[in-house]
Amino acid sequence: MAVQTTQTQASVLNNLDAVRAMIRRHKRNDILFAAVGLIALMIGLLTLLTLFIQLVSDGYPRFNLQFFSDFPSRRPGSAGILTAWVGSLLVMLVTFFTAVPVGVGAGVYLEEYAPKNLFSDLIEINVSNLAGVPSIIYGLLALGLFVYGLGLGQSILTAGLTLGLLILPVVIVSTREAIRGIPVAIREAAYAVGATKWQVVSDHIVKYSQGGILTGIIIGMSRAIGETAPIITIGALTFIAFLPPSPISDVAPYLNFEWLSSGFTVLPIQMFNWLSRPDHAFHINAAATGAIIIVVTLLMNGTAIYLRYKIRKNIKW
Amino acid sequence: MVNTQTPLKAESKDLNFFYASGHQALKSVSMPIYENKITALIGPSGCGKSTYLRCFNRMHDLYPGNKYEGQIIMHPDNTNILEHGVDAIEVRMRISMVFQKPNPFPKSIFENVAYGLRVRGETNKRTVADKVEEALKGAALWNEVKDRQQDLAFNLSGGQQQRLCIARALATDPEIMLFDEPTSALDPIATANIEELMSELRHKLTILVVTHNMQQAARISDYTAYMYLGEMMEYGDTDTIFTRPARKETEDYITGKFG
Repeated sequence: MAVQTTQTQASVLNNLDAVRAMIRRHKRNDILFAAVGLIALMIGLLTLLTLFIQLVSDGYPRFNLQFFSDFPSRRPGSAGILTAWVGSLLVMLVTFFTAVPVGVGAGVYLEEYAPKNLFSDLIEINVSNLAGVPSIIYGLLALGLFVYGLGLGQSILTAGLTLGLLILPVVIVSTREAIRGIPVAIREAAYAVGATKWQVVSDHIVKYSQGGILTGIIIGMSRAIGETAPIITIGALTFIAFLPPSPISDVAPYLNFEWLSSGFTVLPIQMFNWLSRPDHAFHINAAATGAIIIVVTLLMNGTAIYLRYKIRKNIKW
Repeated sequence: MVNTQTPLKAESKDLNFFYASGHQALKSVSMPIYENKITALIGPSGCGKSTYLRCFNRMHDLYPGNKYEGQIIMHPDNTNILEHGVDAIEVRMRISMVFQKPNPFPKSIFENVAYGLRVRGETNKRTVADKVEEALKGAALWNEVKDRQQDLAFNLSGGQQQRLCIARALATDPEIMLFDEPTSALDPIATANIEELMSELRHKLTILVVTHNMQQAARISDYTAYMYLGEMMEYGDTDTIFTRPARKETEDYITGKFG
């Protein structure tokens, strides 16, 4: 009896050794993969970081307020990005007011109202595809449609509409995804007290998906602010020594829309312009502008993350 | 079986229901719902009891392709609530529902209860506040939340959230209240609270409850219906069903031999 017990114990111990060896072997794979993953991540991050650091160190002499308040000039030392950042701001304003109502509206419609059939499936596939269309194609479309077709000219309005169109798929897709995140139970709860579709959408769906929608809008906008190709295609000026008329006026109704039809330039185009000059001094300006674009983009993405966190904080599902 | 003393609140007549997939989930279900009584639906998973319950507030309308056949007549007006001409929203305004898992809106306690009133266009602040208080009292939640009605509903415990959902369903004075396994996500104490509340509510309205828990059906209901594979196997007053079921299948289910 005693011998038998010892034998059983021995086999348990043997078995245990085998199990431990196996776990060690499996864990080696864990470590291996973690290392490969980390290297892959670092390649991406470090490249970006190096690029950014180089831009900052190259452009360093131009980081002062003067750079933001100077018009472009033939003399690199006194050339600034005033027209470019004002232009970018105004174009973004138009983009925002185009892409948000249309994109959110389309997203809510597709998710809540559209019947599910072949036609809506077709639209769904195409919306996702639109996000992958090269931006220069949007520029060509805008050149034909907005500049010549509708006669809007090479204006801020044209640029804003073009970029609005460009980021529309991003806004639509993120709106739909945010809406899909709302649990069925909440939706049914609202319908069960007798709400109409519109009441459910306006009191619940849009409110609870705000965080995700906002994130999509900001990420779209941060993509739009760096877009160059479509803006060049519609013929933005590369050298512009005047500001568009101010959107705010001192007489009633205190708003003025002349700026919409004004010529303009934007940050990436200003940068592109300076880069194409042979004079090296202009390249410093270009580097400074590039660094500013990256900072603005990072800030916008940071805001998106913060807003999403803040809005989601009160929603637990 | 037909009770002549208690008035009927509703009855289903030869109710068939088909999901969009073509699956027939209810087969010719006929059953009375008596006024100011609790009717319990029991049966194994997939027997169609939740599907049946959700016909009463036309929840199936939310998903395309579902199809009803037959009638659910509501008294005293004799409206067939499944008829095409009858708006699902009208039905939901008369028949409210409490779900399996507490599903408060991510809004304040007050706004959760007030939502049904807001949907009806009630804007008078006094009226809304009074109704909310009445509903919270009716759901036995008032004492716990009266000083923090502006707090987020998610901060309540699971049992409190479920009572909040009952208050939300109660605020609009429904004629019938549907409960879809209202205690399956709750602990025993919260369950006892909800059961007590349901017995209390029966004086005000008519209750139809789906439950997995046979003891619960025996404890709280006046009438019980046993369903199996989409068919109504047996219906009767709860005492009879649990002590002298007419069918062998019912007896097997309630004694735990099956299901």
